[in-house]
Amino acid sequence: MPKVSMTVNGQAVSVEVDGRTLLVDFLRDQLALTGTHVGCDTSQCGACVVHVNGEAAKSCTMLAAQADGCDVTTIEGLSDGDDLHPMQAAFRDNHGLQCGFCTPGMIMSAVDLLQRNPSPSEAEIRKGLEGNICRCTGYHNIVKAVAQAASAMRS
Amino acid sequence: MYAFNYVKPTSLAEAAAALSGADDGTVLAGGQTLLPTMKQRLASPSDLIDLGGIAELNGISVSSGIVTIGAMTRHADVAASAEVAAAIPALAALAGGIGDQAVRNRGTIGGSVANNDPAADYPAALLGLGATVKTSNREIAADDFFTGLFETALMPGEIVTSVAFPVPEQAAYVKFPNPASRYAMVGVFVAKTAGGVRVAVTGAGDGGVFRVPAYESALAANFSADAVADAAVAADGLVSDLHADAEYRAHLITVMTRRAVAAAS
Amino acid sequence: MNDSVSGIGARVLRREDFRFIKGRGKYVDDIVLTRQTYAAIVRSPHAHATINGIDTGEAAAMPGVIRVLTAKDFEAFGGLPCGWQVHSQNGDPMVEPKHPILADGKVRHVGDPVAVVIANSRAEARDAADAVLVDYSELPAVVRMPDAISNPAALVHDEAANNICFDWALGDKTAIDEAIASAAHVTTLEFTNNRLSPNAMEPRCAIGDFDTSNGDYTLYTTSQNPHVIRLLMGAFVLSIPEHKLRVYAPDVGGGFGSKIYHYAEEAIVTVASKLIGRPVKWTSDRTEAFISDAHGRDHVTKAQLALDADGKFLALKVETMANMGAYLSTFAPCVPTYLHATLLAGQYKTPLIYANVKAVFTNTVPVDAYRGAGRPEATYLLERIIDKAAREVGLDQAEIRRRNFIQPDEFPYQTPVALVYDTGNYEATLAAALKASSYDGIAQRKAEAKARGKLRGIGLSCYIEACGIAPSAVVGSLGARAGLYEAATIRVNPTGSISVLTGSHSHGQGHETTFAQVVAEQLGQPIDNIDIVHGDTARIPFGMGTYGSRSIAVGGAAIVKAVDKIIAKGKKIAAHLMEASADDVVFENGMFKVAGTDKEVDFGSVALTAYVPHNFPFEELEPGLEETAFYDPANFTYPAGSYVCEVEVDPETGVVEICSLHASDDFGNVINPMIVEGQVHGGLVQGIGQALLEQAVYDENGQLLTASYNDYAMPRADDVPNFTVDHQVTACTHNPLGVKGCGEAGAIGSPPAVINAIVDALSEYGVEHIEMPATPRKVWRAIQAAK
Repeated sequence: MPKVSMTVNGQAVSVEVDGRTLLVDFLRDQLALTGTHVGCDTSQCGACVVHVNGEAAKSCTMLAAQADGCDVTTIEGLSDGDDLHPMQAAFRDNHGLQCGFCTPGMIMSAVDLLQRNPSPSEAEIRKGLEGNICRCTGYHNIVKAVAQAASAMRS
Repeated sequence: MYAFNYVKPTSLAEAAAALSGADDGTVLAGGQTLLPTMKQRLASPSDLIDLGGIAELNGISVSSGIVTIGAMTRHADVAASAEVAAAIPALAALAGGIGDQAVRNRGTIGGSVANNDPAADYPAALLGLGATVKTSNREIAADDFFTGLFETALMPGEIVTSVAFPVPEQAAYVKFPNPASRYAMVGVFVAKTAGGVRVAVTGAGDGGVFRVPAYESALAANFSADAVADAAVAADGLVSDLHADAEYRAHLITVMTRRAVAAAS
Repeated sequence: MNDSVSGIGARVLRREDFRFIKGRGKYVDDIVLTRQTYAAIVRSPHAHATINGIDTGEAAAMPGVIRVLTAKDFEAFGGLPCGWQVHSQNGDPMVEPKHPILADGKVRHVGDPVAVVIANSRAEARDAADAVLVDYSELPAVVRMPDAISNPAALVHDEAANNICFDWALGDKTAIDEAIASAAHVTTLEFTNNRLSPNAMEPRCAIGDFDTSNGDYTLYTTSQNPHVIRLLMGAFVLSIPEHKLRVYAPDVGGGFGSKIYHYAEEAIVTVASKLIGRPVKWTSDRTEAFISDAHGRDHVTKAQLALDADGKFLALKVETMANMGAYLSTFAPCVPTYLHATLLAGQYKTPLIYANVKAVFTNTVPVDAYRGAGRPEATYLLERIIDKAAREVGLDQAEIRRRNFIQPDEFPYQTPVALVYDTGNYEATLAAALKASSYDGIAQRKAEAKARGKLRGIGLSCYIEACGIAPSAVVGSLGARAGLYEAATIRVNPTGSISVLTGSHSHGQGHETTFAQVVAEQLGQPIDNIDIVHGDTARIPFGMGTYGSRSIAVGGAAIVKAVDKIIAKGKKIAAHLMEASADDVVFENGMFKVAGTDKEVDFGSVALTAYVPHNFPFEELEPGLEETAFYDPANFTYPAGSYVCEVEVDPETGVVEICSLHASDDFGNVINPMIVEGQVHGGLVQGIGQALLEQAVYDENGQLLTASYNDYAMPRADDVPNFTVDHQVTACTHNPLGVKGCGEAGAIGSPPAVINAIVDALSEYGVEHIEMPATPRKVWRAIQAAK
């Protein structure tokens, strides 16, 4: 069994895992970080998106062993305590979520999107979120939320 | 996913040794196709040799009119590379349109090329630009590399190390995505090079990526969308599935070729 | 409406959001119980086959495996029940074959559960499931409905001749045929309503937990209606009385109908937990969801609309085949009948309507209600055939609808298909939608698009739905095996904080905010003092759950009734404290006052007095301040509206782009406009998905070709535009809030608006109809065929 060591939400973890353990299962089952979800099995839906070394990755399509030595951030680590990251605040302010299941992955992808493009157009936001499926909101308010967060994070 | 033995070598030599020493080993690059396949229990390698620890496989360099991209270079890095964008903007754009951002942050050119998914984008770029695949053992011209659906000229134990793309005069890639998977339902890479025009089509052929000689000669004479005749590619030999029949794919090849030529010129 | 910050009509930000945006939601799969085990289900790879034998020996011996279950382990239990009984025209009850928990001797669809492996880990359970050897003899599969009826290759159930479950009709066929024969014009449309997979983003999950110390069962499940599951599974399947069975549906990640039903896996984990004495969890993956969650729609229909020379509708005749799949899911029989045929009047004064519905068994996943449930089918039928009729007789699309609208002064309006509409103003929503969409400027926009090589089109859809399901007496007479009221308890705690226990269930709809706004307004209390409790049979007295856009209209009304009881009791306590007559006490803005005086006592003091009754009218009242109410509606509610969609077609590729979609809805009074708009947005995209992208496709052998997101096209952010949404209001006349419900409208109204717009764009080619989903290939083919 490979031993993996990584930093998750700022904390060092070092555990032996079965080689076939997916990063998402490692986070959910071993670290009890259940904010990261699994919505499909073909790397399409994006409910499992976390940041690996600061960039969005689908944690259902990555072995825990591949994250050895990496810095992993999940939705639980995006902001401290009861604080909100500007993206989280924007999702709430704009009713950018309903059932909440896709929301953590959507937020993590949206943060990655703004890191690459701090001033995206509406079309760029929509294109940038193509790897995250939401069945509730029709995306309208998610797009608004990302635009608000972009504005907040620029200022 | 079935159980397997996980290995993470730190050099190409170690990786090659691990691969040849395994019962039924597979190399793991970005894993964006391999891992879903294993999750569906459609692949069950005895050993998974993770190339993620081999620094020499990563990186982009441009010299003497050749863009060389290390096998473990991620799509996101190619898409964001100023050097690639300056030399072959069509290649950077193609990389920026693979999958979605999270997939591009993990997926690699080596993995894509070695897997040769018939709907993947990179094979069209390699064939369209006349690239050379460099492996642990040798160099293989793109024209000889892609041999069929998920089939390549790679021998057992051979590992892709980089891909070298000659810089064309003009090039563009236009993709018609599958509405569900977003893979190419038809993707056409057109390149005008000193040696002539190359047109490569992905997503449509039942044997994988292929070139269109009729368009290449027509475009060599007149590099404009008007030179692209209707339905030069026969529906025979094209994929028919629930998203698109062969005749529609044949038509899309014409339309996407015209759009690619227009975008390139 | 008031303009308070947290009362009725205010755009209150959702109180539930914090936990979701912080990753602290608690969905069923997030729950880990001590000594929990994992179930993996062995499912049929065949659409139709007999099971000759199952060899579990190898699997049982694998690492971590605790038990392997087959149908034999479930012999003592009943089948999964159907909650609705429809009768055929000849008076026969529908054919209702047993739906076993695990396939018993025969499998009837790909995905039919055959065996269950329980192991210490998910991976071990999956590994061992692959080692269960099932010996099948394949049988011919029945997939397409016309073949299933007229030329059946096989019978899905031996007792269902020609695979017909029921052959039901509503209306006078003779009168209809006469009206059609003598009409100035008859428009005919034959079409399919495509089969869909609901795809709530959270896959289903269930944990069974049997307590060996006291014999109590707990089922954690992804359900829209935990009390209904307790009733169905407890009473009809496993014979567990209510007091020994707790069903808990915590945060649930979307439903859209698919989580109404009682599924086999719920019974499996409950039984398995008792057998092994440990908790058993099953979590669906997406592929499993495609082959085990109930699908939606799937009609094959022929419709005829007769018109007079002025374009007035004379008669509508509808003949539909409705796919039931392999077994009857919980609500399946009512969807194509009482939720479909009864809506065929739409917003119009069509005097004669006849519908015949043949429900058909096929070797496919069961089909049941999916967002809209029957009403999208009715709306699509009507709005498509009206669109076609308008083109045929040369009337403007808005004008033909206006000529046939039920007028505002004609309510209550008795339709020829059983329903009585209480109120509405269809001209108002149409006018608003036409204005917002600049309907009059379309010719110019078409010309401008044409100059760019594109074809532009505009489409209208005027929908109505029957929501707030439903009056128990009505549904009972129509075959429902349950009542459809709702229950609520208001528990005023000693310090004046308020717990609202509701039988409705929120799985994205925002009840924790909307319901709290209602109570805050009515009791004049800060919203932060109010907690909405839902989803747990151990905490909530009773409930029928959330579906059919019923939560605010029925569940909200029950809350209001319970609040009324609290105020009535509070007045008596206040009267005692103020030494006044209860008849003189009024309740305003959270204060009990003696009318015409300056005497008053606040709500908190009354609450405290109820629990610390040192000075209390014991002769008249019991201590405490907690009231329960059941609300059974007098009628359905009738949300209605007009949608206008504008599209651009690329004739070279057949790609359709939605340029704009405007929704003008009448949901009656609106509690939280932000949440209502969000519901509309989501519904619109599900409707666009049906119109352009989504279809569950089976091959002729009954294999589901679209069993992953690589082949089932889900709408993504870049497939859709921003929307404009507005509300017109005619208040519902028969519930205390004047509300109608908004959950399904978007999915009901949008598909015909999209398709009508595409047909308009292609009208220059003479294209009269295009089937959903209007994929690029289909649109391109339609253009080629017309050329």
